Amino acid sequence: MTTVEKVRQRAESDAKSYGYHLTPDPESLKNLLEGLRQNEERYGYPLCPCRLASGKFEYDRDIICPCDYRDPDVEEYGYCYCALYVRKDVFEGKTPIQPIPERRPIEKQARAYAVSAETAAEKKSKRNDAVIEKPSKAKMKMWYCKQCGYVCFREEPPYVCPICKAKREMFAEIKTHEY
Amino acid sequence: MRTIKVPGKNNRHRVLMYAISTCGWCKRAKNFLRDNNIEYEYVDIDLCSHEDRERIREDIISRGGRLSYPTIIVDDRILITSFQEYKIREVLEI
Repeated sequence: MTTVEKVRQRAESDAKSYGYHLTPDPESLKNLLEGLRQNEERYGYPLCPCRLASGKFEYDRDIICPCDYRDPDVEEYGYCYCALYVRKDVFEGKTPIQPIPERRPIEKQARAYAVSAETAAEKKSKRNDAVIEKPSKAKMKMWYCKQCGYVCFREEPPYVCPICKAKREMFAEIKTHEY
Repeated sequence: MRTIKVPGKNNRHRVLMYAISTCGWCKRAKNFLRDNNIEYEYVDIDLCSHEDRERIREDIISRGGRLSYPTIIVDDRILITSFQEYKIREVLEI
């Protein structure tokens, strides 16, 4: 079972590798780490504590902490959506922390509602022995970083390469063929 | 939909909050209302049934809000997205 201390160590190590800090507010830090721990226990992955999960990994992938939106948010505002990861000036108290707009596209947010309903419908349908359509799969693609060769399989390339920190523009799609 | 009522001396306005149980901003908003003795009701949407989730989504969208939490609805007519302390103070006159 994951402990808050393990979640903290993971977050600190990730913050360090990107040159970020964790929020300087001890109460918020405690709450956010506990939220991550709870989500990991609940869903099996450390979902962003400030966002609504669908409970299906393939739909929640972009909001698993550190989320896909962290880097552009830290760059633009100085901290991520939850304000767990912050830039140096924010950590030093030079920039105040205020809520920031949600960068996650609305169609992805909507999945948390639709998928939850579909999951419930599937269960109900199983009870009634009826056949229902499965939720449509997210369109997954292969991407590679032209700078370091890092390869990933996801809907969109990351905003920042997790290996060499190159920007999204450095990613190109690897075309695959289905036989 | 079952809401949880938090009593407070100041009950001049009807305050309803849609929140996420693990959310840091939602916790701040709840603490702010409690510390200011505001009576309010809340629902943690992540702990709701899917029917209630859908009901909440429709309610927020129909009021022109965004699917961001906390979403606070005052007197059934004013919607505040996120924990915007100055806006909450202004609307609740505190």
